[in-house]
Amino acid sequence: MTRQGAYKESDDMLIDEPKLPQQGQIAALPNEFNPSYLKIYYSKLFPHADLYRWMSYGNDGKHPACDSSYLGRREFSYTLDNDIFVRYNTFNSATELENSIKDKCPLKIDIGPIYNLNPAHRNAYAGDNVLTPVERELIFDIDMSDYDDVRYCCSGADVCLNCWPLMTVAVKVIDTSLRDDFGFRHILWVYSGRRGVHCWVCDRKARRLTNEQRAAVADYFRVYKGNENNYKKVSLMGQVLHPFLARSYTEVLKEYFETKLLTSQNLLSSEERYEKILEMIPDQSIASELRGKWQESRRSSSAKEDINIVRWEQLKQLLQKHKAQGVRRCVEEIVFTYTYPRLDMEVSKHMNHLLKAPFCVHPKTGRVCVPINPNNCEEFDPTTVPTLIQLLEELNREGLRSDVEGEWNKTSLANAIKLFRSSFLQPLLKICKEEMESSYNAKLQQSKNLLSW
Amino acid sequence: MQVVRSHQSHRSFSSSSGSVSASPTLPLYRSAPELEVRLEDFESFAIDRLRVLKGISDGLSRGKKPDEMEKLVNELWKTNMRHQDSSQVLNKDIISHFVLRLVYCRTEELRKWFLSMESALFRHRFRNQTAEAQRAIMEEFDLPCKAVSNAEFESLKEKLGQVARSIGHNLSLSTTDAIYYKVPFEEVPELVTGRKVFINQGYAYVAMNQVVSLVATIFRSLLSKALILTNRKWATSIREQEQHRLTPIVEALCSSYLGPDFSQPKEYGEISLKDIDQVAKSSFPLCMRHLFEKLREDHHLKHAGRMQLGLFLKGVGLNVDDSLAFWREEFSKKVGLEKFEKEYAYNIRHNYGKEGKKTDYTPYSCQKIILSTPGVGDHHGCPYRHFGEENLRAALSRMGVNSRAMEDVMGKVRNRDYQLACTLTFEALHAAPCDAGINHPNQYFSDSQRLLKAKKDSST
Repeated sequence: MTRQGAYKESDDMLIDEPKLPQQGQIAALPNEFNPSYLKIYYSKLFPHADLYRWMSYGNDGKHPACDSSYLGRREFSYTLDNDIFVRYNTFNSATELENSIKDKCPLKIDIGPIYNLNPAHRNAYAGDNVLTPVERELIFDIDMSDYDDVRYCCSGADVCLNCWPLMTVAVKVIDTSLRDDFGFRHILWVYSGRRGVHCWVCDRKARRLTNEQRAAVADYFRVYKGNENNYKKVSLMGQVLHPFLARSYTEVLKEYFETKLLTSQNLLSSEERYEKILEMIPDQSIASELRGKWQESRRSSSAKEDINIVRWEQLKQLLQKHKAQGVRRCVEEIVFTYTYPRLDMEVSKHMNHLLKAPFCVHPKTGRVCVPINPNNCEEFDPTTVPTLIQLLEELNREGLRSDVEGEWNKTSLANAIKLFRSSFLQPLLKICKEEMESSYNAKLQQSKNLLSW
Repeated sequence: MQVVRSHQSHRSFSSSSGSVSASPTLPLYRSAPELEVRLEDFESFAIDRLRVLKGISDGLSRGKKPDEMEKLVNELWKTNMRHQDSSQVLNKDIISHFVLRLVYCRTEELRKWFLSMESALFRHRFRNQTAEAQRAIMEEFDLPCKAVSNAEFESLKEKLGQVARSIGHNLSLSTTDAIYYKVPFEEVPELVTGRKVFINQGYAYVAMNQVVSLVATIFRSLLSKALILTNRKWATSIREQEQHRLTPIVEALCSSYLGPDFSQPKEYGEISLKDIDQVAKSSFPLCMRHLFEKLREDHHLKHAGRMQLGLFLKGVGLNVDDSLAFWREEFSKKVGLEKFEKEYAYNIRHNYGKEGKKTDYTPYSCQKIILSTPGVGDHHGCPYRHFGEENLRAALSRMGVNSRAMEDVMGKVRNRDYQLACTLTFEALHAAPCDAGINHPNQYFSDSQRLLKAKKDSST
């Protein structure tokens, strides 16, 4: 959002740096993206060192067990101006990484896998399929446009506070399962900049999963099987739900459906909308009974109660006392259809899939891809995420106030970077060092045993 | 493995590879056995096992359900893998597997097929092992699986029960159902995928009956690696070394047709010339019908077509004199009597072993026909493979295939399952199942005749 701050002469930038837009200019182009703004962003705000430390996973050369080739085997891709896409960029040090980004100013940076050899050398070897991924974070991509059939407030690229809770639900369900069921600990959730979230699972075990294993995890999470050809896209079979689904339902889905989405999306208030739900009921007589009831009373009898809630209660009452389990189960199926996370399977299944790096700026919205704290994701508000323009203005205002941490600390980006470090990067690096240390000691012990006979 | 000639003495060992076998009846084929094999057993054991594998392949591609497959596998194994000396049964099992490794290691496609069939076979046989044997096998495979302690089981019983009920298995309180194994979730992707297990803190809790899946996966991956190594050894040394002995056998094995060869027609002479048109309509498979109709139409067929149809007719029961009369009748209309006697009659008699080196040629199997390459002016080959979609549909509808069956047939054709397409055609036209599948045109004919005769008998 634009803010009308007043400039002071003394706050002008140094002469040899690119000029910040003047006040009037900003007002004319609210969220317009401009390569020169990016240049400033990369030069002063983007957390290069943090990215480096993350990508090194402890291989920073400070320990004898460090693998000096590790970083260099990671692929980074750049999307440059004029839709030019450059793959297989590699770096061997923090400086190389930082200088490259500052120099090329990519509109988007994607992170790929770690290969068996440095991709820059891929053409030196004869034969096909010489370059194979050996490590890659387990990643998930959840995009709001996949929910277009169950949200009425927006569609396509738009996102608002009425539908954003769907993302909150997704984060809660998946994050809990990744930790409690799969035992993963080093999980980073990032706002994608426009209409979704990305998840990076960085435990060592996760990085080494094969494509088949990734597909299995993604499938474990999969419930919604929709396309235009079937009206019933969630089918929950079996006498009881699998504990994972049951827990998701009782701890997250039911509450969000009944207390938020039912009303904010007006799911039962109009004929067009309630028909979609009635279609999912296998018992025609119940569907007709409800249809009849709702066609008659177009308004709820009590002015206090929201009509959606009243109707939902009526629906539940009829379905839940039915003798056929398939009909009773319909209540859960409806809730799952309207709330359960919808993942992009292809993103998770392949080790070589590229995914946008955190802290990139989304070209269409100008928003920074900031981390989301899963422990209070219900407080995350996509409409207040810092934008590029906003950050540059903040930089301008704070001007020459020096900061030991870095220029970002003067801006709204500070919280995001601190969150990244405290909840994700530091614990991760600690574990990496410990693992490196213990495997190194184990090897030492082994060679000692061989020698001492 | 040592291959010896039959006149040499034949020693055998009662256990495989010298190490204690995990299961007395199900070998794991971890390493080549130290056994001596007679040359003829080398080939015949392999052929017997191949019948089992091809039977499994057929069953799978016909979409048989798991319990049907279970029955099929048991029957195939019982029928083919016997040995008159019961102490030799295990050796036959092991030897035949290793011989087929040589046969099927040589290309990616062969390896894939062999891997799938052997894995399916192993999976079914493992299921039928005793619990003791199963545990021994899991140990042999170094499965990172720990038995869940009673205490842990009690604490998780409810959740485990929920999972079991969610996939349709009832967790009763019998002792076998209380046996669960704990294994890192990444070891059992196929169980994770369908939410068929309870997962907690990175561990999947696998029920005894799901263990099969685990074990089969490991078997498959071990065999896959072994096949690559075998291929390397084959290519670099074995093939060369054995070029006069084992290599020709190995190379012939994978393309061998394993059914009856119809070289000795049982109902000899039952087809008379005057019936042939009618019989062609009712009981010829499409490939032969097409050749027959073209012959009637053009009064001529090129060489490959004459071979394919002619040998088929021999298998059907047409004797050499009737055959000559048949071909003469048609060809003389085009090339004249004299030319027929001069240029064509000899070949026909040759086919019956009456001329030259007197080889009695055997009618072509489907496999052979499918692999042929008809060119311009040819009408031989397998129509399901060699006809374009439109022509095939037209031909099938002329035969009398209804539109619903037509779609099933075309589906098989698109999947390149030509023999299955022919089988479906047979089933549609005769309104009866053909469980064994069509592998030979003469089999189509004799099955058809049998069905029609039975119908005629029952109606009179």
